[in-house]
Amino acid sequence: MSFFSFGQSAEIDVVLNDAETRKKAEHKTEDGKKDKYFLFYDGETVSGKVNVTLKTPGKRLEHQGIKIEFIGQIELYYDRGNHHEFVSLVKDLARPGEMTQSQTFDFEFTHVEKPYESYTGQNVKLRYFLRATISRRLNDISKEMDIVVHTLSTYPELNSSIKMEVGIEDCLHIEFEYNKSKYHLKDVIVGKIYFLLVRIKIKHMEIDIIKRETTGTGPNVYHENDTIAKYEIMDGAPVRGESIPIRLFLAGYEMTPTMRDINKKFSVRYYLNLVLIDEEERRYFKQQEITLWRKGDIVRKSMSHQAAIASQRFEGSANAEKALSQAKEDSS
Amino acid sequence: MSEATVADTRRLNAKPQDLTDAYGPPSNFLEIDVYDPQTVGVGRNRFTTYEVRMKTNLPIFKLKESCVRRRYSDFEWLKNELERDSKIVVPPLPGKALKRQLPFRGDEGIFEESFIEERRVGLEQFINRIAGHPLAQNERCLHMFLQEETIDRNYIPGKV
Repeated sequence: MSFFSFGQSAEIDVVLNDAETRKKAEHKTEDGKKDKYFLFYDGETVSGKVNVTLKTPGKRLEHQGIKIEFIGQIELYYDRGNHHEFVSLVKDLARPGEMTQSQTFDFEFTHVEKPYESYTGQNVKLRYFLRATISRRLNDISKEMDIVVHTLSTYPELNSSIKMEVGIEDCLHIEFEYNKSKYHLKDVIVGKIYFLLVRIKIKHMEIDIIKRETTGTGPNVYHENDTIAKYEIMDGAPVRGESIPIRLFLAGYEMTPTMRDINKKFSVRYYLNLVLIDEEERRYFKQQEITLWRKGDIVRKSMSHQAAIASQRFEGSANAEKALSQAKEDSS
Repeated sequence: MSEATVADTRRLNAKPQDLTDAYGPPSNFLEIDVYDPQTVGVGRNRFTTYEVRMKTNLPIFKLKESCVRRRYSDFEWLKNELERDSKIVVPPLPGKALKRQLPFRGDEGIFEESFIEERRVGLEQFINRIAGHPLAQNERCLHMFLQEETIDRNYIPGKV
């Protein structure tokens, strides 16, 4: 509410057409809190209504145009002034003129490309939002509505295991193996550590998941490392020939898919760090990158829906109707 | 709400362990004891030596058993050599106790039994921490300290 405007003012808000049925996803805000936002995927249409409500009924509202924008942008925290917009769509809702009463405008952004996943990190933020604006001579009235975008992948064709022999000459030789190199966010890391030579006194061994957020280019590259998880896999001293199993369930940790060189602005990569600690608290470690991807729930939904349709053929229509509505409930 | 497929979490195949490896002596046996403090000399030229006995099966040490006598300044020499030549962070030695060497003390100063015992424990911790470090094991000064009768301060520093 501006102190410099006299006369009429208005409230503007944006409502999606499918607000009742669309799923919401939790997403961290910059100050660490978690909020729920409408969830969209690449290619989905974004449509809804913009409601303009005049504050003082009867009085006219003069404006220089009303529009709605769909924006996808990357914001680097150390360079707040510059927003890098990689998606920018606009729909004009009203030409310059005046409004004498509250009004609602329809809008539709058809099959919008949303190439990257929403991300809020330590030094960078990628977000998508709708912004409705009433342009005026002195000050605009605008409202933003954030949405969350997830990027989905399917099982990769090539997913080789990671197997390597590493060590310190004549002191410690191990062979580690992880069953895959690409894991989805609810996957399980199955692996093993085989001890070929142990001439140091090991006290315990753990596996850490490290997230590395890289921002900037050229000489100004900055890496922010964050240890997401520490998981002890062995307590006590191993000897030659022993094999230690690893079974690490990823669903318990808050992670995003691997993001490589997004719009040439930032990357988010994940590493498994195998750490051995000896009796004198000396640490020996080996880091290995893994690729994380997001699996869609869509398959499950169609399966139960198809199962419900199949049951329709064999049972009475009443049962089938119940099965169909149950399937719809399960998948929502 | 169950997943259509359950993740395969079975262990990966591992070679069965050889019984001699499983029940044999571990390859990381390294024990160093610092004990039997003896005060030698008279009057103002007295000093305390400690016996440093080492038992090991690590191949990098030429002798599997050794026994030498060392004094506090020998430990200081080893610390300085390692700080200069190796890339490791050398753990601290027990204190130099200069105050105890001043005259007009009520007690025996640096020859007080409790002080010698405290120092012995500190030296034992120090030498065990260093000898177990893979990078320190490469240094000639460590091998000379542990396994040779006397320390040749004019030696040529280097790697083993």
